[in-house]
Amino acid sequence: MTAPAHPAREIPDSAAFDPGTAAARATEAILRDTLHGPHRGVVVDSPPGAGKSTLVVRAALELAEAGRPLMVVAQTNAQVDDLVVRLAEKNPELPVGRLHSSDTDPYDKALDDLPNVRKSAKAADLAGLDVVLSTAAKWAHVKVDEPWRHAIVDEAYQMRSDALLAVAGLFERALFVGDPGQLDPFSIVGGEQWAGLSYDPSASAVTTLLAHNPELPQHRLPVSWRLPASAAPLVSDAFYPYTPFRSGTGPGDRRLTFAVPSDGSGPDRVIDEAAESGWGLLELPARHTPRTDPEAVRAVAAVVARLLERGGAAVSERSPDPAPLAADRIAVGTAHRDQAAAVRAALADLGVTNVTVDTANRLQGREFDVTVVLHPLSGRPDATAFHLETGRLCVLASRHRHACIVICRAGVGELLDDHPSTEPVQLGVTVKFPDGWEANHAVLARLREHRVGWAP
Amino acid sequence: MSLIATLARLEAVRAGHAQPAATVRHRHVAERPLVFVPLTTAGEAGAPLGALIGTDRDAPRLLAVPQPRDRDLRFAFLAELADVILPYIDSYADTVEAAERSETDPETGKRVKVEVELCADAPQLIVPSRAGIDFVRLLGRSMRFRRTAEQDPEAPHPAPPRVPLLGRWLTHFGERARVPGSSLLLALSEVLARHWTTGQSSLEDQHLGALLAWIAPPEGVSGAEAALRAELARDAAGQLECPPAGPATDPAFDNKLLAPAIERYDRARTALAAAEDGLEADDRLGALTAAEQHIRALVEQCTRPTWEKVWDGLDLLRTLPEGAHVAERWTRDRWSFTGHRDRVLAGEPPQPRRDDAVTAANKLATREREQARLDAQEALDDPLVMAGRRLAGEAFAGEVTDVAMAYSEGRRPSPRPLVTVRTDDRPHLGERARAYRSLGGKPQSAEFVGFAEDGAPEEGGPEAGGSLIVLRILDKMGRGKEPEAGSVPEKGDHLCFTLFEHEQRGGAKLPDPEQTPWTHGGPPGEESVRETPDPVTEEDVL
Repeated sequence: MTAPAHPAREIPDSAAFDPGTAAARATEAILRDTLHGPHRGVVVDSPPGAGKSTLVVRAALELAEAGRPLMVVAQTNAQVDDLVVRLAEKNPELPVGRLHSSDTDPYDKALDDLPNVRKSAKAADLAGLDVVLSTAAKWAHVKVDEPWRHAIVDEAYQMRSDALLAVAGLFERALFVGDPGQLDPFSIVGGEQWAGLSYDPSASAVTTLLAHNPELPQHRLPVSWRLPASAAPLVSDAFYPYTPFRSGTGPGDRRLTFAVPSDGSGPDRVIDEAAESGWGLLELPARHTPRTDPEAVRAVAAVVARLLERGGAAVSERSPDPAPLAADRIAVGTAHRDQAAAVRAALADLGVTNVTVDTANRLQGREFDVTVVLHPLSGRPDATAFHLETGRLCVLASRHRHACIVICRAGVGELLDDHPSTEPVQLGVTVKFPDGWEANHAVLARLREHRVGWAP
Repeated sequence: MSLIATLARLEAVRAGHAQPAATVRHRHVAERPLVFVPLTTAGEAGAPLGALIGTDRDAPRLLAVPQPRDRDLRFAFLAELADVILPYIDSYADTVEAAERSETDPETGKRVKVEVELCADAPQLIVPSRAGIDFVRLLGRSMRFRRTAEQDPEAPHPAPPRVPLLGRWLTHFGERARVPGSSLLLALSEVLARHWTTGQSSLEDQHLGALLAWIAPPEGVSGAEAALRAELARDAAGQLECPPAGPATDPAFDNKLLAPAIERYDRARTALAAAEDGLEADDRLGALTAAEQHIRALVEQCTRPTWEKVWDGLDLLRTLPEGAHVAERWTRDRWSFTGHRDRVLAGEPPQPRRDDAVTAANKLATREREQARLDAQEALDDPLVMAGRRLAGEAFAGEVTDVAMAYSEGRRPSPRPLVTVRTDDRPHLGERARAYRSLGGKPQSAEFVGFAEDGAPEEGGPEAGGSLIVLRILDKMGRGKEPEAGSVPEKGDHLCFTLFEHEQRGGAKLPDPEQTPWTHGGPPGEESVRETPDPVTEEDVL
């Protein structure tokens, strides 16, 4: 998710809107509020690929430079390690602390090569360092006499309110950064008892924060550098209807080409459609199937295998010369873990390795050139709240820089019409827009324009 | 619904009766539980109509409210209820054993062991269905902020003496019932559905009669037919032959039987009030008593079948041996009971209307921990539950085919033997995934190393000969260079490894409520801490 150099050429359809300038202006305002604003908190909403990590790193460096001891709270160890590496890249001299758990292999071994990064399982060992980073779970065990002057909370929309409660005593002021469109945090037990309370422990940290501090400034990053011009309008309309964003690149800036021509099969035709338009829907015949629908799983694997066999090459603002579409630039997204496991096994059968296959939850925050998605509602007899969740579809539909290919059984439109969302309405809970039902229909309507029917 | 549950439902349909979903009993069933079958009145939330209650199957106590909208009669009902429930609770409060608990020393801030009392056993309340639990909670909420004449002589409609106390206890039972695996207050239909899988939907399983019809259908009748009969069969007068377990009653019962009976009662009462002399009053009192008796009979007619079914269900549960971890979970219920007993004795105020931020977060953390613990313990206690986890790829069982000694690198090499297990299961093993097995009741952890030669999972499933999983055993082998005897699997052992942890770590300590941070609204103020009695509303004096 690095923000690339601003595209040199003018975007034709928006002469008045220069994404580079708009993004820079937003960043300046955020940093001004963070460093000099009167408020204890600043909230930043960031759509997919809008340079959130870049912003976090930049804010961390500026806060450190201003001499304010800073703690950074992220949600997973991978996120923390990633931020440490990025900080060290930008400023190798900066003394950074990585607070980790006492489990085996608590952090990425790459951190051992960074001379100014000190690692410890005890917060006391890291006292006095300019920036200390850890997960929310680890911070919750830390006790301090003197709170940190400042904190940055990353992926704040994926943090639960009770996790924030455990760490909020550690800092005086904080910058909260996150993507409101991704998956909400969840709890394995019911929390209806507290629904509607401003501090509902199973709500997101930002919801609680803003309920108690409505005056806090809220910013948003207006440009997605990841999503191509073909995807940004759909993702913005379907998932961020009230906070639209633009793509950083124009329609012709990214191209996907294949050396081997199509053999006329379903997978090849959908690949060509996606290369051309950014979206592809490979529709299998309607059928109710188990979760690990063998035909659909094989179709996913076939599409991935053909993407690799056909010698794809990607042209983008990052590499004007065609860069080969390698396995590590492709991801497969599913709703359930057993589906991911089935796809992995099918790929192994075809001799395909190095392709990331994971659930929406685990693909959050990641970026690829091409994604192949097994539609969450494919082959299902019903549409549950889990499968309709807005964030799940949003994550799956917004990981790609070039193209997204969706594999789905026919009949999802009718399935949606048969199952309007029927979640009980809780008093005092802000209804989230758009709801998953509507977002699913919006995405489906667009995908239908790029439909390739195929009976394997 | 898990794959194994779907399979069991299909089998139940084919077999015509419920299939076991467990081989042991996963909930504590007390020797002397208090069974409570309440009924409520349609149209007003929390207006009790009556109840059957007691610890003896043959001698239930019948309570009824002849005019459910009359607040005095309602208080009389609640007072009677308190006379049954509170002595039952008290009978467990005095028998205690010594126990230790860790507490934070207020002066040094260190964790120290403190000698405390722990009640040797705890009361157990059984209601027929989940709606019964909600009703218990509602009763608790409606009573705990009442004031008695003794507490507040000025109170316009004082509650009978022990009613607020009953409200606090019912609130405690209701709150505890939200903790996964707890058994202080159980809904029988839920416990039965945990142990048997029927051929109907989980929604239909909430009907106690239909559920029992599947589990123990009458001779010569299939579960499906018996369940249908339990749900729908009506007598010549249009009344359900198997009244719903409540607390809500059947509309046909309300319209045809209850409403006329209450009307008759009302008329008799008005007539009695208008009586002009003693003789006339005597006559009319007789009519009133008869009307009241009629309503009592209706309530009994409606609750008695459910009462019998609850005891049938308890008998069915008692046929299963208790799971190994049930006693440990019941001990936590005893702690919960003892804790509330102490709060009542210490004169603490009733539970607040709403949890503060810290209490809510603590409760959620506890429940999540208990849920994870329950899931793990049920699987460890019960091979049938474990089979479901194996089918879901969360565990695997198989035979040890090879053990190779290996050591960790470092100054003091420790044993890290490599164990190869042949299994037909297909666990979702990620790179370096952790696996655990039970070794003398304690979890021993291992790390997934890889699949042995020719042992990678093949398309075509288990019949392809299974897979060979290589694990590195990591702990529980003692401190020496050589592992302690019996701590390392041996060739030929049949083992079951889980990918989920067996024990739960305690979460981080949250701040005290007075230290609630600014993100959560800061410390709760004095006014929100001090709970006032419920104000008297128009509805209270109808």
